[in-house]
Amino acid sequence: MSAAETISDTIAKNDVVLFMKGTKMMPQCGFSSRVAGVLNFMGVEFADVNVLEDPEIRQGIKDFSDWPTVPQLYVKGEFVGGCDIITEMTLSGELDQMFDAKGVAYNKEAADKIRESNA
Amino acid sequence: MPINAQDIEDLIRASFPHAKIQVEGYDGVHFSAEVIDESFRGMNRVQQQRAVMKALGDKMDGAKGELHALGLTTKAPD
Repeated sequence: MSAAETISDTIAKNDVVLFMKGTKMMPQCGFSSRVAGVLNFMGVEFADVNVLEDPEIRQGIKDFSDWPTVPQLYVKGEFVGGCDIITEMTLSGELDQMFDAKGVAYNKEAADKIRESNA
Repeated sequence: MPINAQDIEDLIRASFPHAKIQVEGYDGVHFSAEVIDESFRGMNRVQQQRAVMKALGDKMDGAKGELHALGLTTKAPD
């Protein structure tokens, strides 16, 4: 499979996918860590893809989304954004709305807690 | 060549001549930019940020890019 095929396949098979540097248990970049941290804290089930393990995926994901940076979050096949966008959406509640709309399970109380502690 | 906040502002300005642009960053590697432009109205955040990144061209491009990190906030004027 080419990098592009592997990426499409991963996104098709998992409702929520985070392409990141490192893994969700051991992120290797502050930005990846922040997004993985939000998802972990909100109890969202997601697949993590460590782009540092495969140079072809690392480049491929940028071409795939026409987005030059990692992390990249995909929900139900759709590119949602990178670290800044996810952070903004978390704090504004838009991330909750998107998960609701797309039928992705998450812990609403945990999401509220993030907002409270960043208010 | 290290890049500075003014360079980033100039690059963004070239594509968004009427935008309100504020760039901060003091270590030469990590920057944050806020861009407020009428052209963003009706775009989602991904589309807005893509437009700004396009303005920055290969500066954002990983290993050979000079910019490791640019925090971006984009919106249309209130």
